Amino acid sequence: MAATLSVERLRVSFSHRTGSIEAVDRVSFEVARSECVGIVGESGSGKTQIFMAAMGLLGRNAQVSGSVRFEGNELLAADASTLNRVRGSKLTMIFQDPMTSLTPHLAIGTQLAEVAVAHLGMPWKDARSFAGRMLERVHVPEPQRRLNQYPHELSGGMRQRVMIAMSLLCEPSLVIADEPTTALDVTIQAQIIELLRAVRGEFGMALVLISHDLAVVAGLADRILVTYAGSVVENAIAEELFRQPRHPYTADLLKCMPNIGGARLARLPTLAGQPPRPGETLEACPFAPRCSRAADRCRIERPQLTGSAASQVACHFPLT
Amino acid sequence: MGGLTGEAARRLRSNPAAVVAVVVLSAIVVLTWLGPWISPNNSQTLDWLHIAARPGMQSSHWFGTDRLGRDLFVRTLAGTRVSIAIGLAASVISLLVGVSYGAIAGYIGGRTDHLMMRLIEILSGLPLIFFVIFLTVIFGRGEYLLFFAIGAVGWLTMARIVRGQTLSIRQREFIEAAIASGAGTGRIIARHVVPNVIGPVIVFATLTVPQIILFESFLSFLGLGIQEPGASLGTLIAEGAAEMEAAPWILLVPGSFLALLLLCLNIFGDGLRDALDVKDG
Amino acid sequence: MSTSRSVDRLSEVIRYFFTRLAGAIPTLLIIITATFFLMRAAPGGPFDQEQTLPPEIMANLQSAYGLDQPIWTQYGRYLNALLHGDFGPSFKYKDFTVTELIAQGFPVTLQLGVIAMALALSLGILLGTFAALHHNSAADYATMSLVVVGIAIPSFVVLPFLGLMFGVYLHWLPVAGWEAGSIRHLALPVIALALPPLAYIARLTRGSMLEVLSSHFIRTAFAKGLPLHTVIFRHALRPTLMPVASYLVPAVASIMTGSLVVESIAGLPGIGRYLVQGALNRDYTLVLGMVIIYSTLLIGMGLLVDLLYAWLDPRVRH
Repeated sequence: MAATLSVERLRVSFSHRTGSIEAVDRVSFEVARSECVGIVGESGSGKTQIFMAAMGLLGRNAQVSGSVRFEGNELLAADASTLNRVRGSKLTMIFQDPMTSLTPHLAIGTQLAEVAVAHLGMPWKDARSFAGRMLERVHVPEPQRRLNQYPHELSGGMRQRVMIAMSLLCEPSLVIADEPTTALDVTIQAQIIELLRAVRGEFGMALVLISHDLAVVAGLADRILVTYAGSVVENAIAEELFRQPRHPYTADLLKCMPNIGGARLARLPTLAGQPPRPGETLEACPFAPRCSRAADRCRIERPQLTGSAASQVACHFPLT
Repeated sequence: MGGLTGEAARRLRSNPAAVVAVVVLSAIVVLTWLGPWISPNNSQTLDWLHIAARPGMQSSHWFGTDRLGRDLFVRTLAGTRVSIAIGLAASVISLLVGVSYGAIAGYIGGRTDHLMMRLIEILSGLPLIFFVIFLTVIFGRGEYLLFFAIGAVGWLTMARIVRGQTLSIRQREFIEAAIASGAGTGRIIARHVVPNVIGPVIVFATLTVPQIILFESFLSFLGLGIQEPGASLGTLIAEGAAEMEAAPWILLVPGSFLALLLLCLNIFGDGLRDALDVKDG
Repeated sequence: MSTSRSVDRLSEVIRYFFTRLAGAIPTLLIIITATFFLMRAAPGGPFDQEQTLPPEIMANLQSAYGLDQPIWTQYGRYLNALLHGDFGPSFKYKDFTVTELIAQGFPVTLQLGVIAMALALSLGILLGTFAALHHNSAADYATMSLVVVGIAIPSFVVLPFLGLMFGVYLHWLPVAGWEAGSIRHLALPVIALALPPLAYIARLTRGSMLEVLSSHFIRTAFAKGLPLHTVIFRHALRPTLMPVASYLVPAVASIMTGSLVVESIAGLPGIGRYLVQGALNRDYTLVLGMVIIYSTLLIGMGLLVDLLYAWLDPRVRH
């Protein structure tokens, strides 16, 4: 069965007056139909840029190479009209900060309806009622009233629901959720995650969930990709990853997850050191400076992602 | 400040438009002051043999003459001199007034600041020309009026900028230290606030000069500024406009000088602003 | 759009408008009062420049124009007359009342100003948007260079040059003069008047649009697969225009100021010359009338801009 999203040797760099910065370094992975993939990594690890490149949202100073295929069609070389047919309808994205991600001077109803009008050819009146129904499905109370309101009149959680509704209008095959809960209160976070779960059950689309927080991803993901300094260092089925992390970085991340039921710790475990700044490309393992298992080989040879479909790791000395 | 100047100078040098502007400006200034020595004519003589003569190299009137036979070259240069002089003098006045006003408002803060800024808001709303015309009704024409009116042009923006800067500087520790050591308000303003505000002030001073020159030309054009027999670019342009169809050069020469002067000053001011990376207050 | 929603919005906006209006009327009153008293308080009077008249005739003149009354009476009478649309007689143009002079000249000036403003706005916004969309290209630099020229060089320098080029040398357009309803006579003055605000608006728009285009909600709009023109016109334009809206009142002031000279050079029979002449002749009523007209225009413009803000940014309405 063909994968919904297939990324091959994707490379994204940004040109600056002082040189170029590599944000994504030869990343390859697939997202299968209806699969939920969690992408976990620190800020600057490239996890968001991968999908910004896929959606064609990068600025003019970005250089992109490699291949990103969505349902068999190459996205990177696509012209504007082809791209616009796909994004917003079959391939949609939810952004991190719902406050600034919605247009302040347009009513919610307009911002929702315009998707249906542009992609499904609906007349405006129908599109608005359609939008209202979608708001119901994402559990926004008093949907009719909300349609006439402006973004600043809604709470953070409700705005995020609106964004989710917006992404579902055309029954997408893949929804990319970029840190959907980071800007929200903890209680609202849980609600949004639950909503995503319910929505996945109802619509059955593939979901990419990007987060710096493993806990957010844990409950939802079928598979998890761990990114570090612009590359994927581990790619495994969720249960496998949690049960037996293979990359030292993954193991450290798991250690850092505070466990409510577990033993009380005197100090929260943290990772020593800093991730490399974007742009420091090395012919070495990027994690070596912080790795307790690093050996000479790690400092001169960059490890490649190897393994089976169930579990891949990029490390010379994986944990298992 | 020292490091700032070095970096800024470098950026300015790499801005081709600004460099050209400075060169042209210097050329104009030099020409304005030395020009009369080069030409055999002077601005007052009426040359009856060459009334409204075209510009050319054959006669001694390189830029031609006006309706009364006065040499345009010397006259234009004299007019430019007057315009530049007024521009600079009035800018200095605006600068002093604006900086003091802004520094005081920003430093004292609170109610005083609020009131002072309200005054500026109200004054900004009025088109200055109407105010000047109004004053002319009351006091009649005159050059003192002109200076007063022109001085009133630039200080508003300057005051705003300085006040903004002062407000932010005021929070900093060394001011608190100075207050703690018992220094008086005036002293603090003069010795601590003002030097730190110099950057944006220079930029806006540079941009105020063309504004003032423009305003003076405008007033003189209308007959409310410099009076005969004095001449500024504004009066010359007014004369030229009257003779436009018959003897266009009478207009073209002073008009081009004014346009060039204003253009270069603006480009230089913009370049300076980019180089010092100053934002609006 | 549901009816209740339109009614809600409309009543909100109307309420906002009347609040603003209530603030504007006192301002106008203050301006009128201040002008009136300052003028009367000034040394000299409107008849000083006449040849010295025998005192009885002087006294008659004074009484005929009501100048011998106590000042508060004069003020009261003036206000009363104003409410009836009577600006009083012109002291200099003896055969006309100020109202008549205004009626003659105002349409011309209004035409000139409105067309210039419309031109400056439409072309300025267009140019600015164009430059922003082609950021850092040759077209961008070229446009911005032209903008600097437009900002630096004042109308009264531009107009004669334009007149020379298009009127004298090319004979395309008339240099001066006026025929009612003639576009050709208005063309050059309008262009000269519109150029400085046009350039400034272009620069403002460009800067503002560049900023807006990098905001998150524009990213969302693109991610929704909306075509470029929809993103620009529906999502980007209104926030972009906020700084332009702030500039509108200074723009009108600039056009008003410019019209004084432009009318003079181009020989257009507008009210601009009345202001200058009235000042030089110390024609109280005329100048007062002019000040009122111009102030009303500016204040009115300010009101319009306030309304514009409310439309551009819904957050303002509350």
